[in-house]
Amino acid sequence: MTIEANDPAIAIAEKPASLRPVLEWIARRAEPVVIGLAAILIGLALFSLFILAVGKSPATLFQLMYTGGFGSWFSVQNSLSRAAPLLLTALCVALPARLGLVIIGGEGAVVLGGVAAAAMALPLAGTAPVFLTLILMAIAAMVVGGIWIGLAGFLRHYRGVNETISSLLLSYIAIALMNQFVEGLLRDPASLNKPSTRPLPAEYMLGNIPGMDVHWGLVIGILACVVSWIVIEATSYGFAARIAGGNVRAAQIQGLPVGKLIAGFTALAGSFAGLAGMIEVAAVQGSANASLAAGYGYTGILVAFLARHNPLAIIPVAILLGGIDASGGLIQRRMGLPDATVLVLQGTLFIVILFCETFYGRFKIFNPDLWKRSL
Amino acid sequence: MEETGIGIWGVPLAIFAGAIRVSTPFIFVSLGETITERSGRINLGLEGTLVFGAMTAYAVAVITGSPTLGVLAAMAAGAIFGLIHGWICKLPKVNDIAIGIAMMQFGLGMAFFLGKSFIQPVAPKLPSIPLGGWSSTPQIQAALNINVLFFIGAALALFLFWAFKNTRIGLILRVVGDSTDAARAMGIHPDRVRLLATAVGGSLAAIGGAYLSLYYPGSWNEGISSGQGLMAVALVIFARWNPIGCFLAALLFGGAGALGPALQSVGVTQGYYLFYAAPYVLTLIILIATSSPTRSLAGAPGALSLTK
Repeated sequence: MTIEANDPAIAIAEKPASLRPVLEWIARRAEPVVIGLAAILIGLALFSLFILAVGKSPATLFQLMYTGGFGSWFSVQNSLSRAAPLLLTALCVALPARLGLVIIGGEGAVVLGGVAAAAMALPLAGTAPVFLTLILMAIAAMVVGGIWIGLAGFLRHYRGVNETISSLLLSYIAIALMNQFVEGLLRDPASLNKPSTRPLPAEYMLGNIPGMDVHWGLVIGILACVVSWIVIEATSYGFAARIAGGNVRAAQIQGLPVGKLIAGFTALAGSFAGLAGMIEVAAVQGSANASLAAGYGYTGILVAFLARHNPLAIIPVAILLGGIDASGGLIQRRMGLPDATVLVLQGTLFIVILFCETFYGRFKIFNPDLWKRSL
Repeated sequence: MEETGIGIWGVPLAIFAGAIRVSTPFIFVSLGETITERSGRINLGLEGTLVFGAMTAYAVAVITGSPTLGVLAAMAAGAIFGLIHGWICKLPKVNDIAIGIAMMQFGLGMAFFLGKSFIQPVAPKLPSIPLGGWSSTPQIQAALNINVLFFIGAALALFLFWAFKNTRIGLILRVVGDSTDAARAMGIHPDRVRLLATAVGGSLAAIGGAYLSLYYPGSWNEGISSGQGLMAVALVIFARWNPIGCFLAALLFGGAGALGPALQSVGVTQGYYLFYAAPYVLTLIILIATSSPTRSLAGAPGALSLTK
């Protein structure tokens, strides 16, 4: 790493004292940004080697990725639409992470949220007011998603069941349940090749943001990120969660209700993933079907880790990954690469980013407490 | 529904046959994970290793015409995945559970990418032993037509059970898994042992994948594994890190997985997808029943992060 090479610590110590707090503030906040960007660059370099190894040009690929993701107003809108569910599924990972929990079953909450939203909407559509129907759909999806992931949190605290494995098992169970509903109880007889629930009437769909070709899910997702950030940073619950995430014993000795915090945070996390399912049904698919299990839950894990579980950082990261997702089709058509190319890139980035965790705290430049001693 | 000739007895027979057929990948993945976890490390990436192993075995079998070479190539690929996982986990401040998830996504991505062109070709299958030759009933013949890997897995379980207790390597593995400090005091390098244990675990998991693509269901496609690699991790907990327990638990899981298809074959199609969820529900129930919030699990390696 060349980060240490131009260590400005010496220069900083001789600056007037008034500048120092500003520089300290910058240094402390620069660490995740610099290490994160370095990780992305290393990941892209490794991925380029892989693309070279299969005989294609990385330069063309990155250019197509830019064109497909952000090169035109059309592709930007496409990327933003794809970012909407990622915002919510990333929160499903990031919120429990504050308590030290690794939840990877967001996909299950997404599909069940979608089914719940469809089941709620179908008897109402055509009779109830549009706005009320959409609200009820969202509530149904959030309750079901919240119960699903909340169950993993509950089992973790009260039964000691590892939440990573239980949430993933719950996710497979959820997909089986969705298939059962869509093939059985809720199946639209008219859906032949691709079993679906009956479609929502067009006027009951969640529309687009005025002036854009992006559905309201983006706004909902961004709001959810902002609300989560406020909950974590500015409420006593968030403060208690951060303490419990740091040290469960200490939190229990302090009398913090760790069990309730875990159940509450996982349920909130799951309700966001469920909401992503509702948005997929109400804004994209128009019905609940197997397309709900499109992998948003899994990409959300990557988004959350990239954003270091910071809800505000999730917003740009989700848009970036939404763009990468959106460019997949273009890469497939123009370069003849499989659609899994995007998956390889995501996996590579994910590994390198976790790998680079090891560099946190290793560079003096980011730690003002060590500046003096380095003189 | 075709005429079975053995009526309702077809259901237990199908579950028995299914248990043997479906359990084999579980046996290999869970034995591999047992070795890794006994050394004090957890590898959640085995799902990716399994699928990548399935792809490698299929591709090599298509190209060379030899399923055995396919299995060996899968083992090599699995060992490489294990080495990557083990090497990254050695670094300070790296979360081994998160790395496992990342390796899972990476393994799936690589397998789907490199395996795209092998979805159409047909690979030669792994051989099986027709133990049912004495019977004139085709169902029994089919049920007792058992793949060689099943026997290898069973033998491996017995061998590992013996080796953990009675060999020097088994002792080293258990010491490293129970206490990093004690291992250092004995002059063992814990990181090196864990690296090797993760590599061996990866290569065994890849055999499980090879069985999927080269025998049952016996083709390569992107949906070949539905969480077997991860369920095996839960299975290891259920089996209390005991290789023979892993073997028996794998049979149980195989039976649960065979329940849906067996009932469907006799005409019970109601709730087909719910039966499909049976192995996952079973895993979850077992996890809930065997976990405890207050004490660590009996038999758990002391240095393992999973059960804390």
